Amino acid sequence: MPVTGEEIKELQKIAKELRCTVIDVMTWAGGAHVGGSLSCLDLLTALYFKYLKIDPENPQWEDRDWFILSKGHAAASYIPVLSKRGYFPHEELRSFNHFGSPFAMHPDSNKVVGCDVSAGSLGHGLSIAFGLGLGFKYQDRPNKVVCIMGDGESCEGSIWEAAMAIAHYKLTNVIPIVDRNRLMIDATTEDEIGLEPFADKWRAFGFEVLEIDGHDFGEICGALDTAWAASEKPVMIIANTVKGKGVDFMENQLAYHYAAGDSTMCEKAKASIEAMYEEV
Amino acid sequence: MAVTGTNWTCYDSSTMTSREIYGRTLAELAKSDPRVVAMTADLEKSTALNLFGKEFPERLFNVGIAEQNLFGAAAGMAKSGLIPFASTFAIFACMRAGEQIRTDIAYQNMPVKIIATHAGISFGHAGTTHHCTEDFAIMRAIPNMTVICPADGIETSMAVRACMDINGPVYMRIGRGFEPPCYEDENHEFRIGKANVMREGSDLAIITCGIGVLQSLNAAVTLAEEGISVRVVNMHTIKPLDRQAVIDAAGTGKILTVEEHNTMGGLGDAVASVLAEEGIGIQFKKHGLQDVFSAIGYAEDLYAYYGLDANGIADQVRLMMGIEPNDDDNWEDE
Repeated sequence: MPVTGEEIKELQKIAKELRCTVIDVMTWAGGAHVGGSLSCLDLLTALYFKYLKIDPENPQWEDRDWFILSKGHAAASYIPVLSKRGYFPHEELRSFNHFGSPFAMHPDSNKVVGCDVSAGSLGHGLSIAFGLGLGFKYQDRPNKVVCIMGDGESCEGSIWEAAMAIAHYKLTNVIPIVDRNRLMIDATTEDEIGLEPFADKWRAFGFEVLEIDGHDFGEICGALDTAWAASEKPVMIIANTVKGKGVDFMENQLAYHYAAGDSTMCEKAKASIEAMYEEV
Repeated sequence: MAVTGTNWTCYDSSTMTSREIYGRTLAELAKSDPRVVAMTADLEKSTALNLFGKEFPERLFNVGIAEQNLFGAAAGMAKSGLIPFASTFAIFACMRAGEQIRTDIAYQNMPVKIIATHAGISFGHAGTTHHCTEDFAIMRAIPNMTVICPADGIETSMAVRACMDINGPVYMRIGRGFEPPCYEDENHEFRIGKANVMREGSDLAIITCGIGVLQSLNAAVTLAEEGISVRVVNMHTIKPLDRQAVIDAAGTGKILTVEEHNTMGGLGDAVASVLAEEGIGIQFKKHGLQDVFSAIGYAEDLYAYYGLDANGIADQVRLMMGIEPNDDDNWEDE
């Protein structure tokens, strides 16, 4: 169902709060992959607060939709999203990265309630998504499988092994999304090892490709509606995003791939987030 | 749980390769358990999964030559509630897809059954690129993983069935499958983690697995004629290791381990750890590939070259007994 203006406002409100939580997590954890966490945050918000059929009261619900954060280093936004969605209390996020905590730099399905798949070693998530989709199709089950990857992650050959297989088996129940924030650790994707023509590559592998603004809820929801409705050819989404989105001094900065911050920096970051949403 | 009632006989074992028995056993399992599916990476024929595919074409999934995807996908299939048996050559499973097996399958304790064929030096003439003499070492070191190396076709059939009782991943290595059977009948028990004493003996114990079992039994017959009494222990489960079987074997005063694997990190080291931890000081030797990359040649020639045939094993025993070995170093006539 097309997203309404009211829904967009609500999603923005949630995303704003979550952006501030990412900054808090960075402080509590002693550091976080803050840039890539902020770039995929709107995608996660739309998925968890509008699209994924899930039940935080029953995390193992058999008919639920599955989500895989293949770019597991964005746990600093994914884990707060799960908390906000009701899987565990917000207060627990304070333990992030500390001894005995369920929460680390990469999400762990053995320890985090609501997390379906442990991921973070790049290039693994899409194969697991493929296996899940194949298993659900074989069992004639309704579950969807959404997998968010980083764009730099596309350097991993295994991503393309999985892409080829998803298209071959016509798994429209698998929805790959690439967070195209254009920055890796060392350089831009195009300077380091060029990905373009990126959309054409996915098309050549057998996908219908939707290129969207990954921070515009209207476009995100439009693309997810199309992907959810696909029945013949698998749809994948390239979400053009900004690494560090919402914090002006972090945006498009290599230095904020991973960063730590003190309370001063934290306040500055939150003020920037506030300002961005005021403009909206 | 002990496995009994396999439908295969020793006659079958002498006319079919271990791989064929694997493919057919899996088809039997699939009849009674809808969760069983099979996956491979362009090796349906070589791993004999085509025999499963003939009966259940809709339950055999080929992902093309993409082993990382094979094992990542197997983890996903398992998460969807299925029990995937994923097969490829041992070297591709444990090295090309090593991290997928460790992180996607083992860490998340997925019930994926990895049946790795052409292990050890069994695919001799394919060359060293296609040998795998490191898999025990790699797989033993992965938590949650059960590691099995059956001795022949009948034991393969039993082990494949026994896999179903393990609520987690299993790595099972089988050879290319032309190895002769070593059990004389099918009336024996197979329990994962419980070694089978194939022959009693009091002067020395050989602890072995896979092709080493039959060759050690043959060596024991020859040695018996020379008045040397050798116990042969079939340690078909490398992990969890049957510690009591090692302690019992130590009662002979001498242990020789025999494995189609690098002597580093394999069965021999697993046995040595038990002896050391139990404070048992006895004469001990690890026999296998001595930290070398394997040579090229037909498997039978390689087994002779590395002394993994009955003659080579008998000589290792003689050396440990302080007797001059018989071997003339000319393995080509063996």
